[in-house]
Amino acid sequence: MSVLAAYARARAVREGRAQPIATVRHLHLSPRPMVFIPLRLAGEAAAPLGAMLGTDPAEPRLLVVPQPRDRDQRFAFVAELAAIMLPYIEGYARDVETVEAKTPYERSRDAPQLLVPNPRGIAFTRLLGRSCRFRRADGPYPVHPSVPVLGQWLTFLADRADFPGSSLLVAMTEALAAHWATGQSRVEDGNLAALVGWIAPPDGMTGPEAAAAAEDMVWSPPAGPDTAPEFDAEVLAPAIRTYEATGSAAAVRDAVHSQLEPTWQVMWRAVELLRGLPEARSVPARWERDRAEFTREAIRIAEGGLPRGRHDSAVGAAVRLSAMERAQQAFEAQRALDDPMVMVEHRLEGRAFAGEVVAVELDRKIVPPGRTRAVNRPLVTVATADPVRLAPGDVLVSPARPRQHCEVVEVRHGAVVLQVNDGMGRGARPAPGSVPEVGEAVCYADLAPGDGPAFPFPSREETPWTHGGPPAEYVPTDEDAMEDWS
Amino acid sequence: MNRLDVLRGPHPAVDHTARTIAALAANPGCDRRAVFDAAGVDKRAIARHLGHPAPFGQSVFAITRARAFERLVKADGCAELLRLLRELFGRDVGEVGYVDVAETEGSGREARHARTRELLRDAARAAADGRPAGVLVDHPLLRLDAGGTEVYLEPDVIALQAGGRFHVIAIKSFAIIDGQAEPAQVAAAARQAAVYVHALRALLAAEGADPALVAHDVVLVCPKDFANTPTATFVDVRQQLAVLARQLARLTRIDRILDRLPPDLTFDLRPGPDGAPTRPAADLARAVRQVPARFAPECLSTCDMAYFCRAEAREREATDMLGRAVRDALGGLATIPEVLGLAEGAREPAEDEAEIADRLRLVHRFYAEALGAAAREVAVA
Repeated sequence: MSVLAAYARARAVREGRAQPIATVRHLHLSPRPMVFIPLRLAGEAAAPLGAMLGTDPAEPRLLVVPQPRDRDQRFAFVAELAAIMLPYIEGYARDVETVEAKTPYERSRDAPQLLVPNPRGIAFTRLLGRSCRFRRADGPYPVHPSVPVLGQWLTFLADRADFPGSSLLVAMTEALAAHWATGQSRVEDGNLAALVGWIAPPDGMTGPEAAAAAEDMVWSPPAGPDTAPEFDAEVLAPAIRTYEATGSAAAVRDAVHSQLEPTWQVMWRAVELLRGLPEARSVPARWERDRAEFTREAIRIAEGGLPRGRHDSAVGAAVRLSAMERAQQAFEAQRALDDPMVMVEHRLEGRAFAGEVVAVELDRKIVPPGRTRAVNRPLVTVATADPVRLAPGDVLVSPARPRQHCEVVEVRHGAVVLQVNDGMGRGARPAPGSVPEVGEAVCYADLAPGDGPAFPFPSREETPWTHGGPPAEYVPTDEDAMEDWS
Repeated sequence: MNRLDVLRGPHPAVDHTARTIAALAANPGCDRRAVFDAAGVDKRAIARHLGHPAPFGQSVFAITRARAFERLVKADGCAELLRLLRELFGRDVGEVGYVDVAETEGSGREARHARTRELLRDAARAAADGRPAGVLVDHPLLRLDAGGTEVYLEPDVIALQAGGRFHVIAIKSFAIIDGQAEPAQVAAAARQAAVYVHALRALLAAEGADPALVAHDVVLVCPKDFANTPTATFVDVRQQLAVLARQLARLTRIDRILDRLPPDLTFDLRPGPDGAPTRPAADLARAVRQVPARFAPECLSTCDMAYFCRAEAREREATDMLGRAVRDALGGLATIPEVLGLAEGAREPAEDEAEIADRLRLVHRFYAEALGAAAREVAVA
């Protein structure tokens, strides 16, 4: 917990309302996201009880499993889910553009975005994907052909959710908590309705009052995937018994609807809240990456690609971990450069500072070591009251000129002298506006965007003996396809 | 009458379990929980009467499934469990006896505990002499001293296998899928199992046997993937053991807490003829407040009293209610008015607050600047 977020929480208590800890929205928000609220039967790993989903707040689709312990009903549920989700997902895959690059490649113009209430919704999506992707439409226990396809897509989306900055599958509580600090703890922020209550309490209510109302499970059922124990005992269990006795699923349907509908409203309210924030500058670039990954997966699945194995290979796992670390570093740097509020955290650590330019030596030229020609290396002096903890030689970037690198020359009390190293054009003199002017308010930070070359991992075939040597190619077996789901 | 009996009133004592010990050890500074647990006070009933019932509990579906799974694993004298253990230990386990302690004559707790001791002592001796000693003890009853109170504990099964080591076996109904289970559930199971290992070691030590005979690897038995088939795996609980031992040692002796409380203090609900409490809630609340609590948001999922304690923390505007990490980031300042007072310069920092006060003033200034910058951008746009 940073001291900034902690301070914002203290303020939220006094104000009776959540306080912003971001001034722009750091995630992509689709114009047509699909809200997906799954429920599962308590005590089971991945036995779906029902779900509410859809792209139109006015038209939620309700799916229900009247007897969640029945295997056939589970697959029927997944097939129904696929009938709604696959057209949504595959619609984006068909609309592609060709990206001009060294090797030109295809990228969809837009991509699907799934919004679930909380991180446990993502975990459930992952498990549902895992329990479906190996199934087959033929053989001893055939399922509808859409089941394994949806299994592959849910697996892909859950996997992307592990990458910082990806917006294909988003947990709403996390998205909100990244932008607002409430006057309660992180534990309580896990309750979506309470979190939204703090951020935007209904008229006539304070944040804490709205959160207290949201904690009353009768008034405001949990956002899933687990249901409230009282609901299970008093409503759901009798409804399932009625279904068993009469074959009528109406009672279960009503019960499941009553638990999902309030969360459906809260989810769209949360979408509105996020839409109210202006999009951060680097969001489109990160979404571009999501679109590229999405298209790659779409092509892979269309070409009959095998479902992802139960376990990653050594090389695959290392590559994935490294990519996640790079994504994390890039995301942190981009967030700070996009948002003065996030930059505050770095300023508090002394790794960034804000101030005013008090002197510029624009015509300064030096001959860098090993070169013969003098080049432009202007000096900029910034007066600052920040507690700077930087040393000569540190390379800094600025939100105003994110591609320009400046080197710290000297740190004096109340001032920092910087040498501008690049981003000044090719002319004899620095291009106009490329170097800050006296009087300009600036901010510089020691942030590496993490866009350097990736670590060269060996290929799968060259897996070293220390990591078990080259792994056998994974081929899904009949056993995988017939796996018990009880 | 015993002091603890006075505190509890005419109600039957509520037993400790490994879960309550683990929860207690997770918050060793909470006197309220220590007193309530030591006296066997029904926290759930108290919280309900105070108007702050804890909404947690287990779903009927989860309970049904957990029972069915345990029955499956333990059926026919733990036949399935034994098969799993043979597979897990990967060598000939030899003959293994099966004893169900629940079938002990005179089924009181004392008798069951004595029988458990006897069985384990014999097995430990046999193992020391190199005699075959494989045994599965079902429904064992252990005892542990927690902050001055004797607590009975009931692990699922204890196994002594041919290698001469005791293993605590935990049967849980959450699934292990492709070798992975939900981390929170594994952690809870490990904390609970560590309590059993600790108690088992204490028992052996008291019997003059080597406590190191108890393995720090507990056996976790769970459903595999999406099916009901059980699978067994080792879980190393060394870390949880170290934490538990430290926390148990830190548990303030209950006598010392009791000495500070008024002698006539009681949490008696004064049940009427129909069993419903007749004591005014405000009066009960006054009594409860006599024992200081140490609230943390983590309590909300483990302690019946949590919602009452949270309301109390909110009244005091305590930083505790925001979580330990927040409190630490705020330099351990106790209340929100203190934090904001220092940040806004409305309050003079005490000598030991100089550092955090500087930092908070800086945060306050930067926060206002960042909000101002954002407001200007919106105005320009």
